[in-house]
Amino acid sequence: MVNMPRTTKKAGKLSDELKLRIHDYMVQARMTEELLIRMVRGGQGYFWIGAPGEEAFGVPLGLLVDKGEGPEHDYLHLHYRSSPTVLAMGAQPIDLLRQMRSTATDPYSRGRNFVNHFAIKEWNVVPVTPTIETQYAVGPGTAWVQKRQGGTGLSIITGGDAGTAEGDFATCLNWSTRPGQELPVLILIAHNGYGISTRAAQTQATPHLHERAGPFGMRHGEVDGNDPEACYLALQEAMDYIRKERKPFCLQANVSRLYGHSSSSGAQLIREERDCVVEYEARLEAEGLLSKQEALAVHERWRVHLKAAHQQVLEEPMPDGADIWQHIFAMAPEV
Amino acid sequence: MANLAQAIRLALHYGEEHLGVTDIFGEDVGPPLGGVFTATQGLKTAWNAPLDERGIIGTALGIAYAGGKPVAEIQFCDYIFNCIDLLKLCGNAHWSSAGAYRVPMVVMTPVGSGIHGSIYHSHSFESIASHIPGWKIVMPSNPLEAYGLMLSALAEPNPVMYLAPKALLRVKGEDLIPGEPSDEKSLNQMINAPLGDRSGWAPKWPKVEAFTVPLGVARLCREGKRATVISYGRTLPLCVAAADELSKEGMDFDVIDLRTLYPLDMETLQRSLRKTGRVLIVNEDTEVTNFGEHVLRRLLDTCFYDLEAAPVLLAGADVPGIGLAWELERASVPQQPDIAAAMRKLASEKA
Repeated sequence: MVNMPRTTKKAGKLSDELKLRIHDYMVQARMTEELLIRMVRGGQGYFWIGAPGEEAFGVPLGLLVDKGEGPEHDYLHLHYRSSPTVLAMGAQPIDLLRQMRSTATDPYSRGRNFVNHFAIKEWNVVPVTPTIETQYAVGPGTAWVQKRQGGTGLSIITGGDAGTAEGDFATCLNWSTRPGQELPVLILIAHNGYGISTRAAQTQATPHLHERAGPFGMRHGEVDGNDPEACYLALQEAMDYIRKERKPFCLQANVSRLYGHSSSSGAQLIREERDCVVEYEARLEAEGLLSKQEALAVHERWRVHLKAAHQQVLEEPMPDGADIWQHIFAMAPEV
Repeated sequence: MANLAQAIRLALHYGEEHLGVTDIFGEDVGPPLGGVFTATQGLKTAWNAPLDERGIIGTALGIAYAGGKPVAEIQFCDYIFNCIDLLKLCGNAHWSSAGAYRVPMVVMTPVGSGIHGSIYHSHSFESIASHIPGWKIVMPSNPLEAYGLMLSALAEPNPVMYLAPKALLRVKGEDLIPGEPSDEKSLNQMINAPLGDRSGWAPKWPKVEAFTVPLGVARLCREGKRATVISYGRTLPLCVAAADELSKEGMDFDVIDLRTLYPLDMETLQRSLRKTGRVLIVNEDTEVTNFGEHVLRRLLDTCFYDLEAAPVLLAGADVPGIGLAWELERASVPQQPDIAAAMRKLASEKA
């Protein structure tokens, strides 16, 4: 079994156009999340949890997804730090603001769920839950259907390092590697070093959590989650392998957590953490691809966009209380 | 006549052929065993899962998300308790996604006492299951209705919890399933796997036909005026037998089989209670926070002033488990004499 090296880095293989597109989505995701934090601080939402610091990993993932509905496309079992992925897939920032505001126009849950809890059936994004591990138990189900159907669709499961402590992570490893029934599953661990307030070093024997996949005969690897190009290439390699071999892969990305766990812990900027947007802009500038002024222009474009979206959302209606009775059960088909 | 386990098997076969069932899976569900109670022998979509209940429920949810129609078995309901959060997700996915996702899945699990299952194979689950919104919950009490309830469950676009009373799984029915051979021996030869090597065996399925028991509709099993007796699962036939026994003493009772625990058929219950003015609810779950308490509360909401006597719940003893010795099991869950005594007392109370 050939595994990826512990740190994968194959920079320089992305086109200039792709690099700039990745940067654009990273800025979009970061500025959207920062607006969400301002909204919760301003009393325009009840709770924030999100992904600032994970853009370099989440955006490439979103760009590499085979987006669509049904088993021929990829399924996404995401956790609540997946806004860069969903935005890179084409979600509109205003819809995240709507979910933060809990408006009736929130397309993901109509005011029922926390922000960043997506449910997008036309893109196979199954409902995101506040649980940190259940997606690992559910993902093999969609992958089982995909395996049976054939094609190249795969099931992507994201989670954090803390979630791997739950038994569902082992469930996923086991169900994905049953002899002769290996599943097209991409297990992704975004390792930010914390479980809420507890350092991973206090609760996990190893920082290299992907290595748990090894005894199951699963390919696995680790990548610098602050390097978008390395992430893109590592994800592409893993996904190509799964699409071709119809077998699982476990990839760990070591990411930053720029604003702490959630609004419950203050959501303050932690300056000691690496900032992948700042780092990538410096790199693109050094490569002569993006000047400081051009980078600022990208930020300004999204600032204007988000400001207008924010204003619009504040004027949108809140759900009616009677809506709680909607969608408890799907309508039965006619007999 | 098919027994209840065979009726489930025939229903699942019908589901595979006509209702789009894609996966029937769980621990020992596939060959060679075909389920510890044989309910899944010979089914073409049956397969064996790891001994991992969370994986079973999670995978079923994933299959349903991806357009499949899974039937997941938890071998004994005693093993389902570590899956509560996943069951919650199954039940709330449609609601939390504002209607975007449907979860057409059935979870089937044997419940209750009656097979000397001791502490960890005798639990009831309906009280906890009914506390997980978004699920429909059924429990049959005879083979024909086990068949009909399963077909309705398989046609549902929502998660359905199919609780199979394990004490009744070997009990034969009184009515033929449509398409079932009238000769019991023939049926057994056709669909029962042989003992020993089964590697070359395949079932010869009878051409069973559609027969559904609509979800949310109770059945009046016995009709009378002295009191209303409401039950389901293992205790239902005991209530019917007790009613037949008491009818010889001149006391007649309405005996209602709920069949579907959620949603409740309140109309049938209210109609009966308004006629009799007295109600006894019988089940074998532990009595504290018992599903029967909920049924009583719903009835009191609308029928309080129709009561002629205090309503009664006869349920299992509130003890940590059901002991293995028959004397202990007998003392833990209602038996026919207990039910008959409760009915006689209720019917005799002064208004």
